[in-house]
This record gives sequence, structure tokens and C-alpha cells, in this order.
Amino acid sequence: MAGKYGVPTDPDYPKRLAEFEARIARGEKIEPGDWMPEEYRRQLIRMISQHAHSEVVGMLPEGAWITRAPTLKRKMILIAKVQDEAGHGQYLYHAAETLGITREAMLEALLSGKAKYSSIFNYPTLTWADIGTIGWLVDGAAIKNQTMLAQCSYGPYSRAMVRICAEETFHHKQGKEMVLLYAKGSPKQRQMAQDAINRWWWPALMMMGPHDQDSPHTPLLMRWGIKTKTNDQVRQEFINEHAPEILEAGLSIPDPQLRYDPQSGNWLHGPIHWDEFWQVVNGNGPMNKERLAARRKAHQEGAWVREALEAYAAKQQKAAVAV
Amino acid sequence: MKPEVKEALIAKLTALADDEVILAQRNSEWVGHAPILEEDIALANLTQDELGHAQIWYGLRQALDGADPDRLVFFREASEFRNAELLELPRGDWAFTMLRQFLFDLYESLWLEAAQRSLYPPLAQAAGKILREERFHLQHSRAWVERLGLGTEESHRRLQEALDFQWGYAQQLFVPIPGEALLVAEGLLPDLETVKARWLEYATQRLQQSGLKLPINPGYQPADRSHHTEHLWSLLAEMQSTARWDPQAQVW
Repeated sequence: MAGKYGVPTDPDYPKRLAEFEARIARGEKIEPGDWMPEEYRRQLIRMISQHAHSEVVGMLPEGAWITRAPTLKRKMILIAKVQDEAGHGQYLYHAAETLGITREAMLEALLSGKAKYSSIFNYPTLTWADIGTIGWLVDGAAIKNQTMLAQCSYGPYSRAMVRICAEETFHHKQGKEMVLLYAKGSPKQRQMAQDAINRWWWPALMMMGPHDQDSPHTPLLMRWGIKTKTNDQVRQEFINEHAPEILEAGLSIPDPQLRYDPQSGNWLHGPIHWDEFWQVVNGNGPMNKERLAARRKAHQEGAWVREALEAYAAKQQKAAVAV
Repeated sequence: MKPEVKEALIAKLTALADDEVILAQRNSEWVGHAPILEEDIALANLTQDELGHAQIWYGLRQALDGADPDRLVFFREASEFRNAELLELPRGDWAFTMLRQFLFDLYESLWLEAAQRSLYPPLAQAAGKILREERFHLQHSRAWVERLGLGTEESHRRLQEALDFQWGYAQQLFVPIPGEALLVAEGLLPDLETVKARWLEYATQRLQQSGLKLPINPGYQPADRSHHTEHLWSLLAEMQSTARWDPQAQVW
């Protein structure tokens, strides 16, 4: 395994880097065990673990409404969705583990506040309509990003994305169906749907990250095929799909400058409040402290259970050896 | 079907469904907060199955009296629910949840096995269908009882405490509802006494193998299913809050 992760001080680094980049240019996937630059590995661990953490933390805002879902069917759909998120988290932790990091180390980074997760989950879910809106807008934004990542150069991440996108597409449809239903429902339901769109629209746009000129990682990530589109490209795709659908449902979008540009075929948006974005990224969003506290609490309260599991397994092993 | 048989059968189906809904509600509280990610997944799975079973039982009732399952779940008062008290108790710690699950899964599996011989074909078929999933539930909760019982001193202590607390409550699962004797006599339902004997034997064996002692004093044993704990009101207030929030809403 020595020398699997290349650093620029290796004598043969330039040659191997050229081979590596040629493979990516040919559209080949990089697999675990293949030579890769240490920086490629580092960036992937950062992205995949952040992604896994986002799934795990993302269970909280939606999970909070499982006990309040208004029908048996909605309750089952929501539990299934949150279960999918746990499954995605598990799957992504495994994908990151192929790069030589353990789930424990990643969890430790999450719980200590060192690792980031998608800032969208630091907003509260205030009403039941938020559940539909998260499915429609937040999962809609995630799908745009993940469809792009499904093309990425690292095999395990790419394959995880293909699978995850299929399930996310389902969540997206369910969310949209809900919001559209409430948009033509009772006056209170309509109001609730509009309020949810008002609160989630901008955070959803911010999910793709800063504008290209402010995104320091992007050029390298694109050269190595980790990202195949820029943040602004993905954001534009999201707006082009969702803006007309929201308007068609009779709901409004909280951006007075939003307009269709016939020349480019794009829906152009007004300025994004990046101050808010950075506030939330840096821990000052409305729910940052609560989300992390909830994860820590579950982890701490589960400590004795995990200890019991280990102790039991050790006893079983000992008994098996004795036989 | 004789009117008194129909009435009793409706009551029994409601009790069966209510058990599933209330337990599902408690279990769903774990999703996102379980001790390991794999158990978030397992609990979510369990909860979906339980809600699915509730839908089957409410569906059988609906075929008899046309009652809408969502109206029953989201618009009935606490005093109208017929679930066992054991299932409405707060989720407690992981030992409490898993022990309750084991006691209930075991009861349900044994009851369903016997109920497959019901002379009411929809019930016999439903029992067979639910039993297939219930066997997995029992496997899961039984494994946890063993791991916690034989794991560490702390896990053992917590599980024993859960058992001491729940043992009396669990006995209520075998208290017949009004009219149940008639349904048994007609061959529509298994006799709860027979199921209880098997449950006691199996539960005792498994719990002792997991290092636990059956409580000498079983403690409080709730009487019939019209009785509830002080926790049901809050559970329902939360569960029904969205459905009751807007009386004008036609669909959710």
C-alpha cells in the first residue's frame, strides 16, 4: 500500500499525476487501491463525509414530524424517507471508508463540530408543510448536485450517488405532490404552503454553495473530475426547473427580481444573502447548536448500548473459542 | 354474522389496530436518535411494519362498519382508544424499548399463529400475512434482550429494571375485551389463556437465558383496555395535532 496516496515531494509524483489525470480525462473511474494524489483523497473524504453527515443530521428536522404526520399514509411515507436518509448515511460512510478513514473518526469529527454538514439542516421545520417543501426544494436541490456527482471520477462515490439519486427522486416527487395538494387546499393549508416556500427558497439556492468566483475548491475538483459542473451551473438548473413549477401552482417566490430571460432560457435570480449563508456555515444558524446537541445526546445516551454490544460479542467469541 | 358477534369483532379489531398504532408512535420517536445508525434504520422499518399492520386491522374493521382508519387514529379521544397500557408508556431508554418490543412481539407472534386458524377468513389471512413480518421483529428484539442481558453490568441492570417495571403491564395483553369469549366460542379468535400459557413459558425461558430474574411481585396490572396511563393524552395530542389543526382541510 506504500505510496498509494501521492504527495508532490515523491520523486515520481509528476509522472504518476500525469497518468492519473489522463485516466480521468479518458473517463475512467478511480477505484480504492488505485494510486491517487493525497489531495484528491483528502478532498473526497471531506466531501463524502460531509455528505454522510448531512444525511444523518438531515434525519432530525424531518424526523421531528413523524409523530405529527396527519394521516397514516403520510406517516409511513415520512418514516420511509427518514429511513432512506439513514441508509444513505450508512452507504456514504462506507464509501468514505474505502479511502482509509473509519466511521468512528468521521463521527468524532461531526460531534466535535469540526466536520461540516449541509447548512440547510440548520433551519427549523416550523409546520407540516415544511416536510413537503423539504422534499420538493431541498431534495430537488440535492438531486441536481448528486446527479452531477454521479458522474464523478471516484468509483465508490459515483455508484453511491446513482443509487441515492434514485431514492431522492422518489422523495422529490412525494414532496412536490404534497405542496401542490396544499396549494389548492383549504385557506390555512395554502397559507402554510406559501409560508414554507418563503422560508425554504433562499436556503435551497444556497445549498449549491458560493458563487463560482468565491468557491476556492472548484477548479481543482473539476480538474480531477470530482465535480463536473460549477456551483452556479447547478444552481441555475435547479431554478430553471423549480421556479416555473412553483409559480404554476399559484404560489409566489420570495425574490422580487426573479425573471425569465428568453435569450438564455434561464430564470435569473436576485442577489443571494451570502452573509446569512456564512453565518449558518460558521455555526450561527437558528438550529446549529440544537442539531449538534441532538446528535451528541443520542451518541452519549447510546454509549452504554454500544459497550454492551461489544462486551456481548467478546463473550460470544470467547465461548466459541472454548468450544 | 350475528349483530353481537359483529360488534365484538369490531371492538377486537380496533384493539389490535390501536396496539400497533400506539407502539409505532413510541418507536418512531427513536428514529434519528438511536444508539447506532443501523438501529435508526431498524426502528424505522419496525414502525412502518406496525403501521402497516394497523392499516390491515383497521381495514378489516372498515369492511364491517365503514369506519375510516384515519378518523379513528386522528380524531378519537384518549378514552376511546383500546390499546394496552404497556404500549403507551414513554419510550424510556434502549433497554426499556427493546424489552417492551420483545414482550409484545412474542405475544403477537403466538397470538397470530393461533389466529391463522380463525373461522373468519379475512382475519385468518391477515394473521398469516402479519406473522411473516412479526417473526423478524421477534428475532430482532429477542437478540437485543440477549445482548443487553448478557452484555455489561449496566446493560443488565437497565434491562432488569425494565422487566421489573413492565412485567405487570404485559399481563394486560391477555385480558379479554368485552365479548371476546363469544368470538372464541364461535371459533373466530384464539383463546387468550392458551396463548398466555405459551407466552409465559417462552418468555420465562428466554429472559432467564438472558440472565434476568422474573419479578416476584409483578406490580400493577392494568385491568381492561378502557384503562389508560396519564401518558396517552399527551401522546395523542402530539399525534393528532396536525390532523386537527385545520377543521376545513379536506385532504392531507
